[in-house]
Amino acid sequence: MRRVTLKATGLARVLPGAVPVTLVRDISLEVTAGEFVAITGPSGSGKSSLLYLLGLLDRPSAGSVEVDGQPTADMSGDQLAALRLAKLGFVFQFHFLLPEFSAAENVMVPLQRAGRLDSRAIAEWAAGLLAMLGLADAADKRPDQLSGGQRQRVAIARALANDPLVLLADEPTGSLDSVNARIVWESFADLAHKQQKTVIVVTHNAAFAAAADRRVHLVDGRIVSDRPATA
Amino acid sequence: MGLLARIALAHLRGRVRQSLVSVLGVATGVGFFIAVAALMEGSQRDFIATLVDAIPHITIRDEFRNPAPQPIRAANPDAAVQLDGLKPKDELRGIRNARARLAALDSISGLVAAPSLRGQVVLRYGGKDMGVSLIGIEPARERRVSQLEADLVQGRLEDLHTAANAIIVGTVLAEKLGARVGDTLLASSAAGIRLRVKVVGLFRTGVMGVDRGQAYALLKKVQVLQERPNVINEIRVKVGDVYQAAVIARDLEARLGYRAESWDEANEGFLDALRIRNIILYSVVGAILLVASFGIFNIISTVTYEKARDIAILKALGFAERDIRWIFTAEGLVVGAIGAALGWGLGYLLCRVLSQVEITLQSETRTLPLYEAPAFYALALGFALASAGFAAYLPARRAARLNPVDIVRGAQ
Ligand SMILES: Nc1ncnc2c1ncn2[C@@H]1O[C@H](COP(=O)(O)OP(=O)(O)OP(=O)(O)O)[C@@H](O)[C@H]1O
Ligand SMILES: [Mg+2]
Repeated sequence: MRRVTLKATGLARVLPGAVPVTLVRDISLEVTAGEFVAITGPSGSGKSSLLYLLGLLDRPSAGSVEVDGQPTADMSGDQLAALRLAKLGFVFQFHFLLPEFSAAENVMVPLQRAGRLDSRAIAEWAAGLLAMLGLADAADKRPDQLSGGQRQRVAIARALANDPLVLLADEPTGSLDSVNARIVWESFADLAHKQQKTVIVVTHNAAFAAAADRRVHLVDGRIVSDRPATA
Repeated sequence: MGLLARIALAHLRGRVRQSLVSVLGVATGVGFFIAVAALMEGSQRDFIATLVDAIPHITIRDEFRNPAPQPIRAANPDAAVQLDGLKPKDELRGIRNARARLAALDSISGLVAAPSLRGQVVLRYGGKDMGVSLIGIEPARERRVSQLEADLVQGRLEDLHTAANAIIVGTVLAEKLGARVGDTLLASSAAGIRLRVKVVGLFRTGVMGVDRGQAYALLKKVQVLQERPNVINEIRVKVGDVYQAAVIARDLEARLGYRAESWDEANEGFLDALRIRNIILYSVVGAILLVASFGIFNIISTVTYEKARDIAILKALGFAERDIRWIFTAEGLVVGAIGAALGWGLGYLLCRVLSQVEITLQSETRTLPLYEAPAFYALALGFALASAGFAAYLPARRAARLNPVDIVRGAQ
């Protein structure tokens, strides 16, 4: 049996309001270490919403999420934050970087916050991540000096900085050319297969989805299919 | 430098102009606080010094704070006794054993004492009458406890010995009477004795009431005038540290039994007025800093709105609420600290300028009294940091509570 890193049970998220909006519902999902999962679905089907719930960025209206065997429902905001820092890496659909800091500094932020390494080790580690994503030359550039695709990859490097158990990425290849998109996708596969991480990626790209181990398809906030991906 | 501090500084660097305005606001508050406090404290100390020079630090009088208990009460301490028709004993008041007590006071280190007999007399000159407090003194001892000699603008203390019945009066009194040194006045006491007295000196203390209402003569002469031979009714004491006078006075009163009043007790109302002045000072400066705080509140609020995405990122990365609060509160504190540092410079400069200003009072030209203390700088810094920290904390707390997903959904 593989280690279950992420487990969702009966998840639903409803935005309260005069007309409540249901973002996702009835989501039950178990993901293990070493698994590379693609989440697909039409625009507005709730892919980002689901990823926020799995990434502990949003709290479900119903159901619960367990991370690495730990139930999270009763955790305080700060406890969730600590768990995110320790075990999760998140890449937003719109790659947000801290605008005042260079690419390398952006990658170092979570490392410095976690405070486990000395500054030299942190710098080396960040440089290694950037190199892995083909960004060695961009390390000292600020976000506004980078292309959209480069920013996307910096955000991925930052999500990987703390060596997370689970990486969640929302459309990480959306603004990449096909060459870079392939590089990123292959590095995700390596993270899952060689480093035994859980990688959950939202994508529109059917070819990429097919290259994952498993494909979860959403329609209208519900899982309509969950099966091994086929090429 | 810590990560959070670097993030905070990066935010401020992005808003240089606004930050600068807030910094200047704080600097103004701090600078004026320092200058005004120095001026207030300076004038207060100057005031007190003038006052303390003009009056004895401690005055021991032939009075008791509480009347002696009636013998019948002393005998039956727990009984309810009512006494009617009491007649006060017509005792010749005065401090008993005065010579021995004076010697005892002199033997306490740091204290010097001088005896005197004080009584009301009316001075008449050229058809004008002025009631004054005539104080009989011994010049040799007087010199040690009072500033009288230094306050003399004409004549010397020894001159009291030269004429048969010599008197020294205040300048204001002399002016009112139209008398000058060398003139002879008629002094009459309540005891019905009249003496011709010759003005041998004039003093000016700067305290109006003293310069108009007091006069000095030899102790012996006053005892004659008041018909109270060998009696003294006041011992005036000078102490080393005038701000300790109240404590020493309580001690002396306990030892001697007679009422001992320190200068600050005697001028309580006056000191209350000074206290009110201080309250006004702190309110005004508080208002300046409050305005500066609004500026800080404003920029930190703006920054938190502008940096909502950064907050979302940081929280998503696993920063705790405390970290976010710290970042934005620190931004306010940095503004407060830089403002306070500039304010120190401004305050110092203002003090230098004020110390050059000359004013003319009672035909005497002098510079403004300033009292500069490190405590004012520390206090101003404390005020500035506290208000800046508080002003920044409010938006910081709000920012820390933001839910990252709400920000991201809003941004998409
Ligand atoms: N703040 C909001 N208020 C109302 N409805 C919202 C809000 N945010 C999202 N929604 C709705 O929730 C649904 C799910 O949104 P979500 O962003 O999860 O979709 P998605 O699958 O990620 O879409 P895309 O592929 O375009 O990124 C959509 O129908 C969207 O319109
Ligand atoms: Mg989406």
